[in-house]
Amino acid sequence: MNKSLLSAFIAGLIFGIGLLVSGMANPEKVLGFLDLAGPWDPSLALVMGGAVAVGLLAFNLADKRQTSLLGDVMRLPTRQDIDKPLVLGSLGFGIGWGLAGFCPGPALVALGAGELKALVFTVAMLSGMAVYELLQRQRPG
Amino acid sequence: MTIDWQAFTPWTSLLGGALIGLAAAAFVLLNGRIAGISGIVGGLLTPKKADTGWRLAFVGGMVTAPLLWLLVSSLPVIRIDASFPMLVVAGLVVGLSTRFGAGCTSGHGVCGISRLSPRSLVATAAFMLSGFATVFIIRHLLGGL
Repeated sequence: MNKSLLSAFIAGLIFGIGLLVSGMANPEKVLGFLDLAGPWDPSLALVMGGAVAVGLLAFNLADKRQTSLLGDVMRLPTRQDIDKPLVLGSLGFGIGWGLAGFCPGPALVALGAGELKALVFTVAMLSGMAVYELLQRQRPG
Repeated sequence: MTIDWQAFTPWTSLLGGALIGLAAAAFVLLNGRIAGISGIVGGLLTPKKADTGWRLAFVGGMVTAPLLWLLVSSLPVIRIDASFPMLVVAGLVVGLSTRFGAGCTSGHGVCGISRLSPRSLVATAAFMLSGFATVFIIRHLLGGL
């Protein structure tokens, strides 16, 4: 098996295990974090803290490299501008996140756990992404 | 503000977060790519040669995670209170807007913040803010839907 494919699979696997361990794969817990005015569960701040603590080190190393350890080209975003799609898209994402407590990663993990509701969310999410592609195609230029 | 100490899981959340960070670290160092789930999944809809394989492998790993877990222990609680119509709306909104916003909790919230990217800092602030506002409106102004 191709090494890059294997490492992508293992990275996805560890990512999914992390979501399960952290509690983020559970929409009830996500909504408990987003509900500042209710009995607030701060756990998710620690999920992000733990992830970024490891990430700061790794991305610092990665940003200095020309090729990956497996010899692939580094494909890291370089844009720095704050534009309207970024801000409006992110605000919209937060609304969708708050409606059901699902963001894309946890939905995939809950899907693997056999949750029918995660399947419904994932199919709707793929449809939303397909709408985006159609809109991009219709744009002049 | 009152803290729900019963629900608060500092150690497992910190550990799970570190695993997520480790996965993102492995992916960027080995594959040279950002572990952003909305981007990885979204890219599957416009398939290009030599591009679909790694996307499917990553998504496959995520979907396999609970199955691997089941070999060792029973799964943690996954409670989804949202109704089916609500899940459809939420899914559509998340799919469309993460593509416009070029990322979600993983790409912006974990990888982008770790790179101190100004775009990701703004994006994360924006989706946290609207996430808090949405739950406040649903639970405290509309009395739950």
